[in-house]
Amino acid sequence: MTAPETTTGNEPLLVIQKVSKSYGNRPALKGVSFDIEPGRYVSLLGPNGAGKTTLFQLLAGLFVPDSGSVHVRGFDMRRDAVKALSSIGFVFQQATLDLDLTVRENLAFHGRLHGLSRSEIRQRTEHELRQVDLEDRIDDRARSLSGGQRRRVELARSLLHEPSILLMDEPTVGLDPPSRSDLLEYVLQLKRERSMAVLWATHLVDEAEVADHVIMLHQGTIRQAGEPAELVSRAGLSNLHDTLVHFTTNSQTKETP
Amino acid sequence: MTASHALRALVGLTAREVVKFFQQRGRLLSAFVRPALWLFVFAAGIGSTKGIDPGMVSPYPVQSVNYFEYIVPGLIGMVLLFSGMQSSLSMVYDREMGVMRLLLTAPLPRWYLLTAKLFAGTMLSILQVYVFLIVCLPLIGMQISLNTPLLGWVWMFPAAVLFGLLLGAAGLALSVHIRQLENFAGTMNFVIFPMFFISSALYPLWRLLENGAEIVWWLAQFNPFTYGVELVRWASQGQIHWHSLIVTVACTIVFLAAAVLGYDPQRGMLRRRPGGGGPPAGG
Repeated sequence: MTAPETTTGNEPLLVIQKVSKSYGNRPALKGVSFDIEPGRYVSLLGPNGAGKTTLFQLLAGLFVPDSGSVHVRGFDMRRDAVKALSSIGFVFQQATLDLDLTVRENLAFHGRLHGLSRSEIRQRTEHELRQVDLEDRIDDRARSLSGGQRRRVELARSLLHEPSILLMDEPTVGLDPPSRSDLLEYVLQLKRERSMAVLWATHLVDEAEVADHVIMLHQGTIRQAGEPAELVSRAGLSNLHDTLVHFTTNSQTKETP
Repeated sequence: MTASHALRALVGLTAREVVKFFQQRGRLLSAFVRPALWLFVFAAGIGSTKGIDPGMVSPYPVQSVNYFEYIVPGLIGMVLLFSGMQSSLSMVYDREMGVMRLLLTAPLPRWYLLTAKLFAGTMLSILQVYVFLIVCLPLIGMQISLNTPLLGWVWMFPAAVLFGLLLGAAGLALSVHIRQLENFAGTMNFVIFPMFFISSALYPLWRLLENGAEIVWWLAQFNPFTYGVELVRWASQGQIHWHSLIVTVACTIVFLAAAVLGYDPQRGMLRRRPGGGGPPAGG
């Protein structure tokens, strides 16, 4: 691996410029631009069908945008996907553990794909699992874990290669309220302690309220962006929930069938 | 991608295949039960004491080959074919289970990931071939006198590896187009059986011409499986069949390229529907 570019202070880690993507003639994203600096928790807030998952797929390199660009630590996702991907940790909405493997084997598989050595894998696996309170399940099959535990393993796994950016696509879907708040709490801790940049997609307002920056996505465009309190006052309302409703329904565009 | 990164990724992919393979004991068992049944039932029923005429152009030094021995290269092909399709199945399974996303977001070039996956799968294929050979051949050896020279067993190894790569690559290319696990069995009926039967695995192809099945003969000429079987058959007699070697290698490259294109985010299957690594998701 080439050494990652040194980022000085608040240079953005992730830069998204005028990204558009259509499926056939149905546009999913229309000219979306934003960037994320280290140590920032950015919430991508929007109802289902807003384009959040499409955006994550572009950030993961699973698709390429029709136009626009994605840069990770200065590396273009289109031309330098390999370098760009090495700085990102992903937690997908869909489960991605191999249920037939143990927790340790799942993490080792990921670590090897990222080129880590055997000793690095062992140390970091133990460390990251301790952080999410699952070190005693290390040799259990992933199948035997609960939904919340599986998600925590996925988070631990996503940190194994020490990414500087954490991308989480609706990570709390299907989790019970305590698991949800634990996950959020831990991610906020990662942001503080490891200066990670976090992009967290959600349709749940309470997960966006604690964000440094909220991006309201609706029908493939950014409707509003700013600090949560700022957005609320911009709408002249009293809470973020009403603000979201205000900015995502009070619009000239109609749902396209 | 550095050499050590590439190697570690290969180790990771291989380790996962191996762990999963030994978890599914039925796979190991069927790897030799299936060809063993063909060998001891089919060959026993079809073969005759006079043996089979391998045809004008054959690697065998005699004009009459024991049928048990004749179909061994074909049965090696069968083991490789089922194993290759199994790795195709594992790609489809990974896509359904979401593990595919992990693979595709790894900081490695797609072509390398697919090639590494192919090598991991082929290694397992070869393992199964030798389980079959080691279990079954002493049993045949007791019944017949083998014409296969000792060196032939050594030569068969590289030939079987190339044949395994061919079928693994075919499986990867197919996995691009199999959307769901449920479709897998159906697709396999249209791949495994024609590939196996319309080839020189079970009978010398001159018989097709003699029996007037010219169309089937032509189909067999366009079946890459025929060339893999012949490659192994000639190798078992310590000879290289260049025509088969070239076709086998060329088809492997074409299938692997098709798979790489298929998994390329710029044009392949991922583009066709939202969801990419999994079922269409909202958001």
